[in-house]
Amino acid sequence: MKSAFWLAGAAALALASPAFAGDTIKIGFVSTFSGPTAVIGNDMRNSFELALDHLGRKMGGKPVEVIYEDDQQKPDIGKQKTEKLVQSDKVDFIAGYIWSNVLLASLKTAVDSQTFLISANAGPSQLAGELCSPYVFSTSWQNDQTPAAMGLYMNQKGVKSVFLIGPNYAAGKDMLAGVKSTFKGEVVGEEYTVWPSQLDFSAELTKARNSKAESIFVFYPGAAGVQFLNQYAQSGLKQQMPLYTAFTVDELSLPLQKDNAIGVPGAQEWVNDLPGEQNKRFVEDYRKKYPGLRPTYYGAQAYDAAQLIDSAVVAVKGDTSKKDAMKAEMEKANFKSLRGAFKYGNNHIPIQNFYLQDVVKDASGELSLKTVATIVKDDQDRFHDKCPMK
Amino acid sequence: MLLLVEQILNGLQFGLLLFLLAAGLTLVFGIMDLVNLAHGSLYMMGAYFAATFVAWTGSFVLGAVLALGATLVLGMVLEFTTLRHLYGRDHLDHVLATFGLILFFNEAVRLIWGPAGLALPLPPWLTVPVQIFPGIYYPAYRLAIIVVALLVALLLYLGVMRTRIGMLIRAGASNREMIGALGINIKLLYTLVFGLGAALAGLAGLMQAPILTVQIGMGENILILAFVVIVIGGIGSIRGAFLAAIFVGLIDTLGRAFLPNLLRQVLDSASASTAAPALSSMLIYLLMAMVLVVRPEGLFPANRR
Repeated sequence: MKSAFWLAGAAALALASPAFAGDTIKIGFVSTFSGPTAVIGNDMRNSFELALDHLGRKMGGKPVEVIYEDDQQKPDIGKQKTEKLVQSDKVDFIAGYIWSNVLLASLKTAVDSQTFLISANAGPSQLAGELCSPYVFSTSWQNDQTPAAMGLYMNQKGVKSVFLIGPNYAAGKDMLAGVKSTFKGEVVGEEYTVWPSQLDFSAELTKARNSKAESIFVFYPGAAGVQFLNQYAQSGLKQQMPLYTAFTVDELSLPLQKDNAIGVPGAQEWVNDLPGEQNKRFVEDYRKKYPGLRPTYYGAQAYDAAQLIDSAVVAVKGDTSKKDAMKAEMEKANFKSLRGAFKYGNNHIPIQNFYLQDVVKDASGELSLKTVATIVKDDQDRFHDKCPMK
Repeated sequence: MLLLVEQILNGLQFGLLLFLLAAGLTLVFGIMDLVNLAHGSLYMMGAYFAATFVAWTGSFVLGAVLALGATLVLGMVLEFTTLRHLYGRDHLDHVLATFGLILFFNEAVRLIWGPAGLALPLPPWLTVPVQIFPGIYYPAYRLAIIVVALLVALLLYLGVMRTRIGMLIRAGASNREMIGALGINIKLLYTLVFGLGAALAGLAGLMQAPILTVQIGMGENILILAFVVIVIGGIGSIRGAFLAAIFVGLIDTLGRAFLPNLLRQVLDSASASTAAPALSSMLIYLLMAMVLVVRPEGLFPANRR
């Protein structure tokens, strides 16, 4: 008798659960959780989870369910995982995406199904321009912006000529184009390496040395940044050709780059020491929740993605079928971003400041990143004119 | 001209490193007829051991020697516990079992050392560039890799060609049943050869570590190249592995170095810089395909039967 009662109860629950699904906010999160760049994905997940903790794990009064999917840093896998999230999990939002090539492969799936996609890192030029969509928002930047800020800084330093090196994929091309868009000196050479398999840059460094350029600019995210700096230091170029970077030195690579990273400037829209209560709380709570780890800009952007989603869900009081209202709310960027307030451009890419970051030893003798100066204020990407949305 | 010399050195260094990896692979494949996909894991373990021991002892050379010993022992234990049971079975079984070992080692490293990877810093005397010819500076550490790998190649040659163990290894490569019938302890020989192969892979891993990073899965990409090398060189042949490795290293590096400029003669700059890296990474596979067409046994096949 008793067991029959339980069975009936279980059956009722099972039947009830599809109806139940509408009462949770479902978020898919695509990032890299395996392989050498898994540390980046982990940092994004950690920060996203921290954001949910700070939001009480509820949005608009409804519990939040997050489904994390591993793209293995491969565009085809990322697309499959996006399809799974859209078609079988029927998520309300998809966030994440480290890699521009993975995002470009996955974009159509999300847009066609009118699922909101929040890029928490990748910012390919196509996304800001002709491929912009009402359903896509960014909490990061357009790829060209950060290196363009670095180019401005190089002008300030009076750099006359530069040799560019970067990986041969969507973001690599954007990054080098970004420096070229602002740098006023001469670009002596430009080299692309096989991504992500090529880890030895000896041929490229030799070319850079022989080009007699005054300086080198590189973009190497993740472990490749460690490898590049190792080889750059070993080649003795550090004394001859100063290095300028975008997304090459961060809190994940710094413990491995160690002293090689000292004196290597980078541009960034978020640095751990930016002022603001929200940011202080984020950095402190992150280090408390994940001992031994430090948050990176990847994490800060993922945290902002959670806040952006929350702002939309709160505005419609949890009714995620009101897509137009959610879009209108997200366009206001009505949340306390960790980097400080920003506005969205017509293409849903932030208009924001970029800072100069430097590597310093902190009070405990550990290497950390520090904001030195603001390179550019309220910068908007170069591609927003090509976006048909007004 | 200076550029060419420097790029040739780069290619040589990469090729010699590939040789260290391929030598162990070709010995194990040639003598025991075992396809060992986990060879790349031993390369990774060599790097992790080195990073750990160098941090403990504070000396790069001492740490490297300890790491070499540790990979040798690890290889012998691995052969004794696992791979021994695979001899004489289908190659597909080898692939399946050693692929399992890759997953095992990756997960074991994640548990022991964590997912973030390690750094293996060089001692200061190896971080300065040296002037090898007037006007040509080359990183001292890459030069050291060339010297060490050439020494190992020489020792390996002398060991295989001039010693009794080497004679047994060669005999094992050409006819396994016969040397067993002659009363040679073939089990022990196999364990030794596998340990030697592991130590060579470990050496490659620990020497590559300061240039790259010590990280999970670091052996997987380079293992593919090592297989290409032994296919081109002829399975079981150390000499073949040596020449093929240098060939592959040079083609890879020189392709990367000069192809973009060559392509810019015919294409516009943007498409040339996009196409060149893709094309240059294909070159070695084209070479392998060509060798397979002309000499399916490889350039220097070990004598068989």
